[in-house]
Amino acid sequence: MAGVRDIRRRIRSVANMQQITKAMKMVSAAKLRKAQEKVVASRPYAKQIQDVLARLAQAQTDVSHPLLEQRPVRKIGYILVTSDRGLCGGFNANLTRLTKGILEEKKDVNTGLIAVGRKGNDYFNRRSIEIITKFIGLGDNPDYSQARRIADEVMGLYTNQELDEVYLVYSKFVSVLTQEPTMVKVLPIEPSTEKIDGNYIFEPSPQEILDKMLPNYIESQIFSALLESKASEQGARMTAMDSATENAKEMIAKLTLVMNRARQAAITKEISEIVGGAAALE
Amino acid sequence: MATFNLNVVAPNGQILDKEVEFVVLPSDDGELGILANHAPLIAGLQPGVMRYTEDGKVNKISVCGGFVEVVNNKVSVLASTAEKPEKIDVDRAMAAKERAQKRLQDKNPDVNLLRAEMALKRAVARLQTVGKL
Repeated sequence: MAGVRDIRRRIRSVANMQQITKAMKMVSAAKLRKAQEKVVASRPYAKQIQDVLARLAQAQTDVSHPLLEQRPVRKIGYILVTSDRGLCGGFNANLTRLTKGILEEKKDVNTGLIAVGRKGNDYFNRRSIEIITKFIGLGDNPDYSQARRIADEVMGLYTNQELDEVYLVYSKFVSVLTQEPTMVKVLPIEPSTEKIDGNYIFEPSPQEILDKMLPNYIESQIFSALLESKASEQGARMTAMDSATENAKEMIAKLTLVMNRARQAAITKEISEIVGGAAALE
Repeated sequence: MATFNLNVVAPNGQILDKEVEFVVLPSDDGELGILANHAPLIAGLQPGVMRYTEDGKVNKISVCGGFVEVVNNKVSVLASTAEKPEKIDVDRAMAAKERAQKRLQDKNPDVNLLRAEMALKRAVARLQTVGKL
């Protein structure tokens, strides 16, 4: 059995760890609240732009745009949104697993990744899967200009015919405890079939409006994904750190018990030695 | 006076959702006024000041690009950014304006003129909204 001193040292180190996990939990709880607010705030815009675009595509059936163009699929791009940092439970593992599955399914077509976030980039880099571009170190507060940078890159790849389809893989924020790895199609944009009434007046022209709106739509989709992913990450981290703190607590209790037993055994041994020594003198 | 619903959203949140009487928007083709029961319309927006009348009082919001959609007596403004006057950082807008003006004057070949011009427009729109220009 380990000595009392060793056990005491272990307890101290576990307690230190517990302090860290507890602090991390608090920090991510605070960040989660902020991220959640942002997700909620971004939803009206994302919904509106989707609705308007659907009606626009309906009203104007003869428009053409490079981003609407359907092509035979030679190469598919996946935008994989992961976190830059670990210690968030299964958050990144769930996403990489989903992506890996998809990539295996699409073995007979060319595929490439647009890695957003360090974890996904590292994982697939190690497995020598083609990473077309990467966006790393976006920080804890994704802003719209970051989404725009990613969108510009992706739209460029699509219009240059380097990619023929683009999907977005990210973690959807359902609740603090549940994050759902999701995949959505980004390009080509598929017009919805919703019916509308009345003819729109377009200013300046349908084509120009479409030219302006489609990039905005892609940006907004990517922006929402970044926000959802950030909220999910903080949620996952909070849950992971909460259970780590809980585990540390349990471990401390167990070790304390072992330590007390060892201490008692040592005392008993000492007493019996003294008693034995005294008996030998008689 | 007949009213209609005015809804202003930006990627970072909903800015406004109100019943208003009249709204003027900085559209691509110049200022665009909308009253109740307007015909369905979709128009692009330029950076500028948007004014709306609520209970006879005129209020301003700065918008930077985006669109407006009018349908079923509902006006939706989808702006890249939109700010109420009280949310505008005057010092920052002022600095941005000076920086953009300087860039435009320098005629440095490394400077993206289009971007500087857009930055100037945005800064001017913000300053006009707070009435500091």
